[in-house]
Amino acid sequence: MSNARDVLLDPLFNKNPIGLQILGICSALAVTSKLETVIVMALAVTFVVAGANLSVSLIRRQIPGSIRIIVQITIIATLVIIVDQFLKAYAFAISKQLSVFVGLIITNCIVLGRAEAFAMKNPPGLSVLDGIGNGLGYGLVLLLVAFCRELLGAGKLLGVSLLATTGEGGWYLPNGLMLLPPSAFFIIGLLIWALRTWKTGQVEKEN
Amino acid sequence: MSGDSQAKVLGVAFLLCLVCAVLVSAAAVGLSSRQERNKIEDKRKNILQAAGLYAADRPIEAQFGKIHARIVDLQTGEFTDRFDAATFDSRAAARDPATRQPIPAERDLAAIKARSRYMDVYLVMDDGRLQQVILPVHGKGLWSTMYGFVALGADLTTVTGFAFYEHGETPGLGGEIDNPAWKKQWPGKKVYDESGRPRIEVLKGLVDQGSANAVYQVDGLAGATLTARGVGNLLRYWLGADGYQPFLETLKQEGVRQ
Amino acid sequence: MLEHYLSLLIRAIFIENMALAFFLGMCTFLAVSKKVDTAVGLGIAVVAVQTITVPVNNLIYQHLLKPGALGWLGLAGTDLTFIGLICYIGVIAAIVQILEMVLDRYVPALYNALGIFLPLITVNCAILGGSLFMVERDYTFAESVVFGFGSGTGWALALVALAGIREKMKYADVPAGLRGLGITFMIAGLMAMAFMAFSGIQL
Repeated sequence: MSNARDVLLDPLFNKNPIGLQILGICSALAVTSKLETVIVMALAVTFVVAGANLSVSLIRRQIPGSIRIIVQITIIATLVIIVDQFLKAYAFAISKQLSVFVGLIITNCIVLGRAEAFAMKNPPGLSVLDGIGNGLGYGLVLLLVAFCRELLGAGKLLGVSLLATTGEGGWYLPNGLMLLPPSAFFIIGLLIWALRTWKTGQVEKEN
Repeated sequence: MSGDSQAKVLGVAFLLCLVCAVLVSAAAVGLSSRQERNKIEDKRKNILQAAGLYAADRPIEAQFGKIHARIVDLQTGEFTDRFDAATFDSRAAARDPATRQPIPAERDLAAIKARSRYMDVYLVMDDGRLQQVILPVHGKGLWSTMYGFVALGADLTTVTGFAFYEHGETPGLGGEIDNPAWKKQWPGKKVYDESGRPRIEVLKGLVDQGSANAVYQVDGLAGATLTARGVGNLLRYWLGADGYQPFLETLKQEGVRQ
Repeated sequence: MLEHYLSLLIRAIFIENMALAFFLGMCTFLAVSKKVDTAVGLGIAVVAVQTITVPVNNLIYQHLLKPGALGWLGLAGTDLTFIGLICYIGVIAAIVQILEMVLDRYVPALYNALGIFLPLITVNCAILGGSLFMVERDYTFAESVVFGFGSGTGWALALVALAGIREKMKYADVPAGLRGLGITFMIAGLMAMAFMAFSGIQL
């Protein structure tokens, strides 16, 4: 039984969902061209993972084995729809920006992955922390990728122009590749390299 | 795991569905009026923005006063009073069998399969004279159907504004159709050439400002070819013979009947 | 007529490839592509699931959820699209469950090789994405079958290609930190760029 601090902080560097567990990649590629979108997305995912972990953990002893996965998915789908409804009611402009990607949180493997791997076997308190931790780990990678992509691809951060682009009469020729999704692949690859050089325990064995 | 009897499985499943259904419906119903209000305000704001009339510090109601909403019959090109412009929902009309007109595949530039025979248009009047006409347009992008307004000036061929108020394109790529820098290019572009043919297009790449065609062209979007193409196609469709062109010709000849 | 379906098929496999153009189904894509055998097995499973779920979801959408769909019950005014997401995922989960049972019974070697990734097909965004695209584009039943088969095949194709490359990478001198996951991301990025050559082709 891990202690609370480990549960919360492990997913940041030691067991990062994107960097080690290979979860939550799809959205990391598609929505990371702007920092603002990423912040909302990361918050939404963290809320859903924590909420789903909490709900699943609360009823974990009551869920019959045969319908385990579908129960988890139903809970997750419910949470995502509720998040979507709230975004549409109280943050309309941002919900327009995120549009289909909020719905795709349902299939974000992090949520189901953690519900299955952690919440089914651990008490609610720890499960919530695990959810928040994984949400943060996911958010961290997304923030780094979006930081690179928005800054190098458009010369801006959060919409504020930092490197005046040639399109606006400045000096910086934006790196077009950064605006395209494949760049997210390269950036994440480099991040993993950096992470594993720091934490050599994560390096995969030769085979 | 203790006895997974059939009864227990069914019981858990049923209870879960019930709770989730209640939560989702409560959220959807409870928040729906707020969401509706947001949508209407947003639509009005977008109409104002497309016309270049939007001021952030004044309430939308007041600003919308100069704008008259009318319904147009696309087939005849005439105004009609068959529907109340204030409550008309063109999307519902596009599905209602009474007003729905399927579009044959070879003419369906915007890939929308069918449209309503009647559309709501918005006239900006000043002292009884027509300043701008604001037309709702929509068409397929990469991920989603994009909905927007194009505003034409009094000559009914020069664009005075163009904005999308709803779409599901990729944030940062196709989503750049919302970028003010890109939108700035539209005012001043012409839709029709001297012979009345729709010439407006979104290029793949940058416009050669020196070329004679530049007045009909807008820069493309990096990494968003399909979205950009969708934009060009939907404009060609709606401003063409199957869309508002008959209405615009009638308007040019007859002026606005009050 | 045949042309229309053929063009839809080609588009779904190459031009609008689920994995490399829309970046859907990435998690399994990156995790299972170590060996060509497993990749082929998973690819076939995905094609099967996709070819069944997209048409089934199409039937549900056309006859139950779409605005006006419930006319046969006398409830023409109802619009149930808001529960679309849960319905489609439910159908997908059910079909994957059935596939799991079939594999366990008849092809246990593959069942064991795929392990956790078989149930993870349920949340493979490529599968749900396929159904969502079908709804967005309002396909007919026949188009749904073609699109389901095509999009699944495209994804499987990309997966097997990546697995092939990764098997060759065993003979390459990859820096320790990049070994495995890191270099896979790089390769996938290059493949995605290659597939961008297809974008914009109109059939």
